[in-house]
Amino acid sequence: MGRFIYRRLIHGLIVIMGVTIIVFVVTRMVGDPVQVMLPLESTLEQRAAFEKKLGLDRPIHIQFVDFMANIVRLDFGESLWQKRPAMDIVFEKLPMTILLTAVGIGFACVVAIPMGIIAALRPGGVVDRITVFVSLLGLSVPQFWLGLLFIVLFAVQFKILPTSGAATPAHIIMPALTMGLPTLARLVMLVRSSMIDELNQQYVKTSFAKGLPFVRVVGIHALRNAGLPIMTLVGWEVIRSLAGYSVVVETVFAWPGIGLTAIQAIERDDLILIQAIVFTAAVCVVVINIFMDFVYKLIDPRLKLT
Amino acid sequence: MSQTNADSLEQALEQHRHEWVEKLFELGRELKRDKAGLVGVMLITALVLMAVFAPYIAPHDPTDQDLTARLAPPVWYEKGTLKHILGTDHLGRDVLSRTIHGARVSLWVGAAVVLLAGGFGVVMGLMAGYLGGRTDAFVMRWVDTQVAFPGLLLALIILAVIGPSLTTVVVVLALNGWMVYGRMTRSAVLSIRQSPYVEAAEVVGCRWPRVIFRHILPNLTSPLLTLGILEFARIVLAEAALSFLGLGIQPPATSWGLDVAMGKNYMFMAWWLVTIPGCAIAVTVLAINLVASWLRLISDPQEREKQFARHMAGAMRKKMHATIKKELEAP
Repeated sequence: MGRFIYRRLIHGLIVIMGVTIIVFVVTRMVGDPVQVMLPLESTLEQRAAFEKKLGLDRPIHIQFVDFMANIVRLDFGESLWQKRPAMDIVFEKLPMTILLTAVGIGFACVVAIPMGIIAALRPGGVVDRITVFVSLLGLSVPQFWLGLLFIVLFAVQFKILPTSGAATPAHIIMPALTMGLPTLARLVMLVRSSMIDELNQQYVKTSFAKGLPFVRVVGIHALRNAGLPIMTLVGWEVIRSLAGYSVVVETVFAWPGIGLTAIQAIERDDLILIQAIVFTAAVCVVVINIFMDFVYKLIDPRLKLT
Repeated sequence: MSQTNADSLEQALEQHRHEWVEKLFELGRELKRDKAGLVGVMLITALVLMAVFAPYIAPHDPTDQDLTARLAPPVWYEKGTLKHILGTDHLGRDVLSRTIHGARVSLWVGAAVVLLAGGFGVVMGLMAGYLGGRTDAFVMRWVDTQVAFPGLLLALIILAVIGPSLTTVVVVLALNGWMVYGRMTRSAVLSIRQSPYVEAAEVVGCRWPRVIFRHILPNLTSPLLTLGILEFARIVLAEAALSFLGLGIQPPATSWGLDVAMGKNYMFMAWWLVTIPGCAIAVTVLAINLVASWLRLISDPQEREKQFARHMAGAMRKKMHATIKKELEAP
């Protein structure tokens, strides 16, 4: 177990290092940061002063060491756009994305698991075929378009939900639905197929034969054994959403999370804020990955952690 | 002697061709049994034809502006005209023509990314699985590390810094998506590298590139094909999302995602600007998904067996009903 934690932590560090190095290289070497960040009409003196302020006049390897040292202290510098420490902005926006992810994926789980089980009870039946087709449809609809349709329908036509922002609890309904629906579709397909496999196992027949109630056999015995792939998918969806895929939903609904901030930072060429956001996203991914490994171990004690 | 040799060769070729055609027909027959798959294949064929012949089908040039007919509604509205069947956008460009031309970008990006990412991933997976040892360790570490990257964010930044264009979108999406192929190929290679035909090839003295490309790769065709098609659907959605965010295809080029983004500002006055390109994306991806799920069914022996059993049961039931009916009618 100790060895496992150690290895996972080392791998996590490698991932975070890799991401920061890529961001460093992309922002310093591919484009000239000063050219990107300052307006075209700035004078040479302004450019030189700006370079000095960011330490860009020093050799690249010293810049790199400095950059890494600052990351360890979680100090990325001041955001060029908002004129305050980039990490402060990230810590302010991250909870909003986490909230959106939790509500959206929570909703997907609550709906998808019963739906998948019901479909799996009679594979090939009418309910099953409708479920599969609806999930395929859900997988095929682009998320941003779904969001826009929701706005037209609920905000403009029926006027029951606010269009954008995050002022009241009602504001989260549409973004969370939009975020959750593709997840829901993937989850239904997976719950269905793993439950079909599980329900064909001998132990299910034994449990029925010895007279266990239906709900207990399907809902506890079979579902628990089908749980591992389902957990994997849910974890993966959470990772995806925190790793930047929330950008689309947040842009459509102007949800003030980390994704919208990332897009705004990219639009404003605020490389410092971008670096902070990507670093945070990488840390989130690594932390959730390690957490998921422990959850696997809890669900299935037979798993050997290597 | 040589004459007969050539004859027999021709005969063999003929037979081979015959088998090939026969197989194609069998695939067609099987397709007829799966209605969803058939619809998917037909839709995709139509889309590909539409993309290839876009300039001949589209009634207008997709970038032609007609400022006197801005935001014209589709033809079934009172103000709609036959000139613009699906209406026009805020610059008076024909929505139908833009949608037809948009298919080009989506399918082109999808195909290019699947080929690039798939090619690289499959080669990496083959090498990792067959050579094992350090190569395997290196490739798999690389895959694990890159899978844990916040892919979309990195893609957005790289696109913003390098400058978005068709080429950069393809390259960035390919860099982001090759890992799936690598993982799957590797695990498939591990399971068949001990099989007799691989060992036979080794004993005969084939070098490893020949073993992996001539002997192992052809046997991975069907799972890789299914994965490639699923990835194609994902890439079409990803390209649309990137273009929607303004970091994908740039105007004056046309893309469905771009059109939705532009239509967003006129959403409340002109619903067709958002709805029509969005529907185009959804239909395309749905068609690809239908084909993928059909392919998965027919390439899985267990599923085929089930389907065959279901088919036979259905036929028997029909026969039984017919005999019962006959007996009832003629006592």
